[in-house]
Amino acid sequence: MSKLNREQFRSLREKLKAVNEQQTEIIVGLGSCGIAAGAARTFDAFQKEIKAKSLTGVVLRRTGCMGLCASEPTVEIKVPGMADIIYGWVTPEVARDIVQKHVMRQILVSNCIQDKTFKDILKEGE
Amino acid sequence: MSFNRYILIYRESDAGVDKNENLFDAFMKELGEKDPSNSVQVVDAVMNGKADPDSTLVKIIPDNIYFKCKDPVDAIKIVDDFIIKNNPVKKLEAAANNIQYRIVLRNCGVIDPENINEYIAREGYSALEKVLFDMTPDEVIAEIKKSGLRGRGGAGFPTGNKWAFTQQAVGDVKYVVCNADEGDPGAYMDRSTLEGDPNSIIEAMAIAGYAVGASKGYIYIRAEYPLAIKRLEIAISQATEMGLMGKNIMGSDFSFEIEIRYGAGAFVCGEETALLASLQGERGMPKPRPPFPAVKGLWGKPTVINNVETLANIPVIIIKGSDWFNRIGTEKSKGTKVFAVTGKVKNSGLVEVPMGTTLRDIIFTVSGGIGNNRKFKAVQTGGPSGGVIPEKFLDTPIDYENLVALGSMMGSGGMIVMDEDDCMVDVNKFYLQFSVDESCGKCAPCRLGGRQLLTYLQDIAKGNGDLKDIDKMKRIGNAMQKASLCGLGQTTSNPIQSALKYFYDEYEEHIVHKKCRAGKCLELLTYTINPEKCSRCGICKRVCPASAISGDRESGFAIDNAVCIKCGECYNRCKFDAIDRG
Repeated sequence: MSKLNREQFRSLREKLKAVNEQQTEIIVGLGSCGIAAGAARTFDAFQKEIKAKSLTGVVLRRTGCMGLCASEPTVEIKVPGMADIIYGWVTPEVARDIVQKHVMRQILVSNCIQDKTFKDILKEGE
Repeated sequence: MSFNRYILIYRESDAGVDKNENLFDAFMKELGEKDPSNSVQVVDAVMNGKADPDSTLVKIIPDNIYFKCKDPVDAIKIVDDFIIKNNPVKKLEAAANNIQYRIVLRNCGVIDPENINEYIAREGYSALEKVLFDMTPDEVIAEIKKSGLRGRGGAGFPTGNKWAFTQQAVGDVKYVVCNADEGDPGAYMDRSTLEGDPNSIIEAMAIAGYAVGASKGYIYIRAEYPLAIKRLEIAISQATEMGLMGKNIMGSDFSFEIEIRYGAGAFVCGEETALLASLQGERGMPKPRPPFPAVKGLWGKPTVINNVETLANIPVIIIKGSDWFNRIGTEKSKGTKVFAVTGKVKNSGLVEVPMGTTLRDIIFTVSGGIGNNRKFKAVQTGGPSGGVIPEKFLDTPIDYENLVALGSMMGSGGMIVMDEDDCMVDVNKFYLQFSVDESCGKCAPCRLGGRQLLTYLQDIAKGNGDLKDIDKMKRIGNAMQKASLCGLGQTTSNPIQSALKYFYDEYEEHIVHKKCRAGKCLELLTYTINPEKCSRCGICKRVCPASAISGDRESGFAIDNAVCIKCGECYNRCKFDAIDRG
């Protein structure tokens, strides 16, 4: 990519801000705390399950630590039209369960839903 | 079948799923009758905080409303009125537990740290764009000064002033240094920030460079943080490729480049003058100040040194303005603070709260309090440089001044929670051993004083202490505070001084009665078998790894204390409480 000047930076930013609301996102916390708890295996399990079920419109993403160290590996699921849900203790088995129930049929997976106790200051203002 | 509403029934993380069984059944039964289309799912969920003892928290999504349910009747009311008729049920509504406020961690757990585009989509590099084209360096410094941001590395020096001193200092070359040498036991806020949002640090360093007139920055980071280093490297190369770092950023006249330097894991290198020495390839030892790094820093040039968390605040302050930042926190401490809450809490983790939040809220409301039915004893803030804070001060609002008044300090943000099973002498010994190991040895008060204090503590823990030692420890501690060259020596005695203030009785017990109530100081422990409670099952003899227990089921069992290694295995395994620990 070539070096951006101010105008190019601004137009890139506006382009990137227009997020695709129609896609399902699976976001795995891959900080060193998550990886130590097995998040890399969880990530692989999601990847395989998405492929096995031939799901389209589902994006698997990586992020840093969500701060819920006691319940790593942590995963956030965003399905269009549904509230965002954070799951804790997501082993590969739970990952498959999440894909089959939450992602494919909008059924929440019991026992590992976490409480999200903070707002996004950039989106929700003050 | 598809659900459009969900009822989450919360339990504490260490409670069994069956804890809310009655409520669960009540919801299911009522929904079965009133919701034939089966559009509502009831699920079990886990809360991080502490549950109210006589009610259960229930959340309805997507409405995002919390209710407190005391018994199944409440469940019926929620289904009938709220779910079916869509009427509010004000009487049962509960406030959401959202005392966390994430400025520093705004992108952690949200964006992909290895993809700069996701950072840009969330206002990333917009603050840099704003300062480069719409603000003068003086305006940037004025804005940071006005925000009231103070250094998050521990001492709390106003960041704006630090920048101003560096800007005013005379020098042809100036530097920006990011202190990512996080070495406190139990602290990992900076690592998580760097791993989750590396671009925010890079952007903030460039803003600092623009403000003070520097075109070169260094990140001094522990070599023990390989993932953070990798993600920083990716972020720097992506930013450079896009022209957001390097020569003529975004086509402006300003150029800035960043180099990463690794620390080898010496705690003293978190002290700024020792850090600069290490950065220059010298042995990491502190120097007397003044001259301050702002005047004579890296290679003798004016240098601004900021901690990771301090820098992470900068882009948000520029975008949202100092007035916005100023409204958060207390009168003298603005903004938020990230704490790494570890130790005996149920849910350890990263917590970011506005300054002025109480310790009780952090430990109990956010982190769930103490597990295993134990009681809270104390919390250590500020790592080995801080002190212990007992229960009676848990309602103190956290800010720099309040923590110092309690004999502790803000420190970098490690918060280690202790329960009744922790012995103050033992904990003090641990921190002191750490400080003694990490003392660089340059100045005598720290090198000799620390060693002396440790010797006294070791004696006390072995039962060889003397009450007169306490007075000597206080005097040595005071001398170290006054005469040590850097923060390490000045604060080494803090844990002991605060423990002597709040837990003097425990020290006295060790010295006079030769007892350790928590059972941690092994040399003060003896295990004996109480023949009246003993049922002669023999499990103690079987589990003893040192073969210190003799006897048989006929004659009973006895522990030979000369052989016993005080592991406590028999004590833990005896089903009849027949082993006495004293």
